Amino acid sequence: MSTPPDPAIRVEGLVREFPGGLRAVDGIDLAVSKGEIYGFLGPNGAGKSTTVAILTTLLPPTAGRAVVVGHDVTAEGAQVRRKIGASLQQSALDPYLTAWEHIRLQGALHGLPRPHTQRRGEELLHRLGLSEAASRKVRTYSGGMQRRLDLALALLHEPQVLFLDEPTTGLDVQSRTGLWEEIKALAQRGVTVFLTTQYLEEADLLADRVGIIDRGRIVAEGPPSRLKAEIGRPALEAIPADPASAAGLAKLLERFGEPLSLGTTDGVSIRLQGGTGELAEIVRAIDAAGIAVADLRIHAPTLDDVFLAKTGRRLEGGGEG
Amino acid sequence: MLTIALRAFLKTVRQPFQLFPLIFFPAILLAINASGLTAATELRGFPTHSYLTFAIAVAYVQGALFALVNAGTNLAEDIESGFFTRLALTPLSRAALLGGLLIGIAAVGVLQSLVYLLIGAVAGAHLHGGLPGAFLLLGLGAFASAGFGAGGIAAALLLRSGEAVQGLFPLFFVLLILSSANLPRNLLHGWFHTVATYNPFSYLIEGFRAVYLSGFPAGPLLGAVAVIAGTWLLFGSAAVALLWRSLRPG
Repeated sequence: MSTPPDPAIRVEGLVREFPGGLRAVDGIDLAVSKGEIYGFLGPNGAGKSTTVAILTTLLPPTAGRAVVVGHDVTAEGAQVRRKIGASLQQSALDPYLTAWEHIRLQGALHGLPRPHTQRRGEELLHRLGLSEAASRKVRTYSGGMQRRLDLALALLHEPQVLFLDEPTTGLDVQSRTGLWEEIKALAQRGVTVFLTTQYLEEADLLADRVGIIDRGRIVAEGPPSRLKAEIGRPALEAIPADPASAAGLAKLLERFGEPLSLGTTDGVSIRLQGGTGELAEIVRAIDAAGIAVADLRIHAPTLDDVFLAKTGRRLEGGGEG
Repeated sequence: MLTIALRAFLKTVRQPFQLFPLIFFPAILLAINASGLTAATELRGFPTHSYLTFAIAVAYVQGALFALVNAGTNLAEDIESGFFTRLALTPLSRAALLGGLLIGIAAVGVLQSLVYLLIGAVAGAHLHGGLPGAFLLLGLGAFASAGFGAGGIAAALLLRSGEAVQGLFPLFFVLLILSSANLPRNLLHGWFHTVATYNPFSYLIEGFRAVYLSGFPAGPLLGAVAVIAGTWLLFGSAAVALLWRSLRPG
């Protein structure tokens, strides 16, 4: 890993061990440049949220060092908290306060002058589509509105680094897309975004670089396009019309690539040796063998394939890890 | 700190289901006792002819006890909802956070005491201490609420569940019953007298009661102040220790 000069986040040998010996974070090194969107990808329980809790000063590390915006998270917690914003998994809102009351509270807690809080609050509420609901108590808000208010509060004091811990979990497609647009806009304005997610599409779409974490360790890191290119070849999945012919189909396809499990039960899959260029030849071979095929699919490499290649397991649908 | 205090106050007063027992439950119990136990004033050695004047002090102390449950439940809710984490993610110091919470609880304590003062005045309880006594009752109510509220904060930080905090109330309520709440200690006998004598709630109630019955007698007032100071010391130090453990340094 090459460390960018003067990174917004620098982590060296970070370890967090919980009572009972569970090492949720097991020796992480990473560096995030200013203005970068860093996607932290992994299954549930991989150590994403624990890492965020350490970087946001909520949890002390057992070993190692983390520096955020030039301040050590252990020794200079208050300075770190002044310069970061965080929207964690749970929207941390008081149902009995209005959006405006949340904004005034957050502004006061960060020591912002009232006129500045008012101006910034108006801007953020407008940008996040909450102006009309700003005087309503939060308990009347939908999940998406609560998420957006949570983000507005995290941005109120103009943080240099924004931590987003699974910000779109539980949101509908429209809310999720809106939040993605906002995250991209933030990065364009120079805010460093540390985004944890278990959605591959989210990491692929938003992140300049991703770190894939599994069982407390980073197993792969880099731009999504490079990681996928490292995995390289696409996969082919053929679904026989008659399940009884699956064995024959598998034997035939072995000529074109190594067998692969895509997690489906009714198909035969291979990692193509010669890329999609062999597709016509494969179709001719299947036809010549007299095997009826119900469906033939090409799978371009995904971050899930990267995870599979690095850990031997699927990320999507992997459940608790 | 005042922002936290205002928010703690608003959180309570905006929840009718929380505000009602906090303020009116002690008043309802007072009305029941005052109407049913009037005959106790006929006992030799009973300090007044008005049972309402005698018993109204218990409402103040019950109100302070409710502050324990209210403060603890509110903070446990904040912990469960993640709002406490939001506070922890700001540069706010732990001392300011605790101070703000206690000021908010004390403000609710003043509101409660004001309601009991008004109820007493309307129902005919004689306040021997007059206007200065009324201010003293408001002050004692505020400090007692904050003292017990600190216990609620400590319980929330330890148990992290509103239901668990509410489970503590019966324990304290039993202590309240086993005190001089319903009869003066000189009229209690046997084990009840012994328990009431060692029960700090007796001295707290007798301090509030003394302002109604005789104004500003030093002994009972010092006893009440000592109990309040004890709650601050015991519950306050527990709250400080648990808050310091819960929130990161720096």
